Amino acid sequence: MQIQQEKHTKKLQKCKVYGPCAIDFVSSNTGSWRIERPVIEYDNCIKCGTCKRYCPADLITVDKEKRECITIDLNYCKGCGICANECPMECIEMVEERGTN
Amino acid sequence: MFNIKSEAKGYVAHGVSACAGCGMELIIRNVLDVLGNDITLVIPPGCSALFCGFGSETGLKVPAFQGNLENSAAYAAGISRGYEVQENTHTKVVAFAGDGGTLDIGLQSLSGMMERGDNVLYICYDNEAYMNTGIQGSSATPAGAWTTTTPGGKPVCKKDLLGIAMAHRIPYCASASVANLPDLRKKVEKAKNIYGPRLLHIQCPCPTGWGYHTSKSIEICKNAVQTGAWVLYEYEAGRIKVNTKLKVLKPITEYFKYQKRFANISKEDMEALETFVQDNYKALLERSE
Amino acid sequence: MTHYKMLDGNTAAVEAMKMARVKLISAYPITPQSTIAEKLSEIVEAGELAAAYIRVESEHTAMSCAIGAQLTGIRTATATASVGLALMHEVLNVASGCRVPIVMPVVNRSLASPWSLWCDHQDSMAERDSGWIQLYCENVQDVYDTVLMSYRIAEHPEVLTPVMVCLDGFFLSHSMQKLEILKQEQVDQFVGEYCVNNLKLDPADPMVIDNLTGSDEITEMKYQQAAGFERSRSVMNEVFEEYAIMTGRKKAVVEGYRTEGADAVVVTLGSMSGTAKYVVDQMREQGKKVGAVKIVSFRPFPYNELKEMLKGVGRVAVIDRTTGFGGQGAPLWLEVKTALGSNVIINDYIAGLAGRDIHTGTIQAVFENLMNSREEAEKPVWIDCDIENAMNIREVERYV
Repeated sequence: MQIQQEKHTKKLQKCKVYGPCAIDFVSSNTGSWRIERPVIEYDNCIKCGTCKRYCPADLITVDKEKRECITIDLNYCKGCGICANECPMECIEMVEERGTN
Repeated sequence: MFNIKSEAKGYVAHGVSACAGCGMELIIRNVLDVLGNDITLVIPPGCSALFCGFGSETGLKVPAFQGNLENSAAYAAGISRGYEVQENTHTKVVAFAGDGGTLDIGLQSLSGMMERGDNVLYICYDNEAYMNTGIQGSSATPAGAWTTTTPGGKPVCKKDLLGIAMAHRIPYCASASVANLPDLRKKVEKAKNIYGPRLLHIQCPCPTGWGYHTSKSIEICKNAVQTGAWVLYEYEAGRIKVNTKLKVLKPITEYFKYQKRFANISKEDMEALETFVQDNYKALLERSE
Repeated sequence: MTHYKMLDGNTAAVEAMKMARVKLISAYPITPQSTIAEKLSEIVEAGELAAAYIRVESEHTAMSCAIGAQLTGIRTATATASVGLALMHEVLNVASGCRVPIVMPVVNRSLASPWSLWCDHQDSMAERDSGWIQLYCENVQDVYDTVLMSYRIAEHPEVLTPVMVCLDGFFLSHSMQKLEILKQEQVDQFVGEYCVNNLKLDPADPMVIDNLTGSDEITEMKYQQAAGFERSRSVMNEVFEEYAIMTGRKKAVVEGYRTEGADAVVVTLGSMSGTAKYVVDQMREQGKKVGAVKIVSFRPFPYNELKEMLKGVGRVAVIDRTTGFGGQGAPLWLEVKTALGSNVIINDYIAGLAGRDIHTGTIQAVFENLMNSREEAEKPVWIDCDIENAMNIREVERYV
């Protein structure tokens, strides 16, 4: 309770600090790394969430209400292909980013 | 306070400079998802330091301290006791270190922390070499594996981290794998709520260092478990429990396939390693509840 | 009502740390510091000091625990000597680089090799670039006073620099002397609560500390540390002044003894200073115009104050209680020479290594050598060394 009160009476203001520290929470543009990106074929997708579970960068959301249930944040996807490798229905294909196909 | 310049679902930024297919990235996201943000991380230089970031930018949304390579356990012990002395018993202090910083240079400070009973959750993500500096061998490198400093294949076997932890009789330690994330998360949850030194030894697949296609990270770890090369077990209150009991272990070749670091292993060495792995699994099963 | 005790240097350091209400101790035993680690443990166990005690497994860990704990917002205690300080080396730089104002007694003892248990300044001199303030003590009262004042100096928001309080092994650490102990209320008022608000580990105010930093910023961060050192000069003087008002004992960054009108002055560090003053008195009685200067703050080095104090003095002897291999002189001489310049004869005297006593004879020999120098000595004078026999002290029988 006291901590809450303190938080209300204290104001957030800029203070200089000395020494090495990081306070800017930032994502870098890792999407620019990939040479392939995942493409889902929804006919066979069973919305199991395996792709979401194993994506190392946690970029996949599954919306069970939609047929096209998968959203992948391509700003950061590195194109590792784990989602495609693990999908039990094999309905994710890694497609070349530069579009030669 | 952090300036949030990017959105993130959890406590780790989505765009971090871990290699594509990096097991460590998957591990830390799951660990922090279970632990929440009332934590303080201690991270040594190495692969995990990339989460701490560069300059004023970081990929973490929780308090963290980047210490030295060999003393994560020591910093963590000091931080944990510091909180306790100020009557903060809720913030979890978590070290997140690699195999080199744990089993080689970090072994002394880890041992001290465990012996004293310090209240620290120590997580070792084990990619089985000094990966961040360019794939040099560590004491966690398995026998037969290529690294830049074991180019003919490591002639000696991997140090038994959990065995060392058990020799300190700590309240809880366990191995885990990205092959079984529900099991990993359960172990983090269990460890979270125990007081004292707790150690989690998590196999961390590394496409760059192990020499496989990035998409195979999970599959390789599944094979590690299925062949007995990585045993999932827990040690709690003095008793061992093997979590995944397999009647028959797959041949070790199932684990080695895809991995360039085992490409030149001789037939004799492979057979020796298979025997070692299978004997080890049997021995653990015998000790298991 | 003042109150006196008979304590040795180690116990005096512990007394000061206790009265400063340190909240966490992480100390590893090493001769001649061990009684500090023991005594701290005893008073915690006895309930005289409310602190956590981490029984660390090495000095490297001792300093790491102290840094981790102090970053969470409490005053910590650690102490070491000799090779223990050497083992801490890597982490000392983390403390200073992250601006963690730890106060640490260092019981000066020779560095291996060869193995020695006894006093010299090799250990702290090896850390002169660590970014730590270094203060040297003359007697047991000085140890107690200096530790207390160090908290104020280190924790000052514009200093934020850790402090090494150096006391000579055995000569001070184990020597019982009478000292005045302040009242707890005086210390509470003088030292105050720990309220450093710089880099900190606080779940309610999160930050990531000590991450990889670029070439585009580190120069500026090191400049911040240099600024902290500069600021510490005036802060030290202010703290010394305040302490003097409270106790009547006035310290200064450099203290002169009978330097007025002196033709020759000896510059000292640590407990040898007492002996130097005694010899100065003796020699003055014989009509010799000599004086002594004690350096109190080696880092930051008081070059301006020293220049002022030694204006007009033609001959200076610097006693280095360390080796200084490969340099034109050893560390203290290098500082003094740089400060005073080339119009003065400044000789470097290596003495007192590994517990060899710097007694009245040593100081007399130093003055004699200095007075007889027609020009500055080209290299350090090993004044108490048996140079004639130095190369012959070991002979073995072997097959060749």
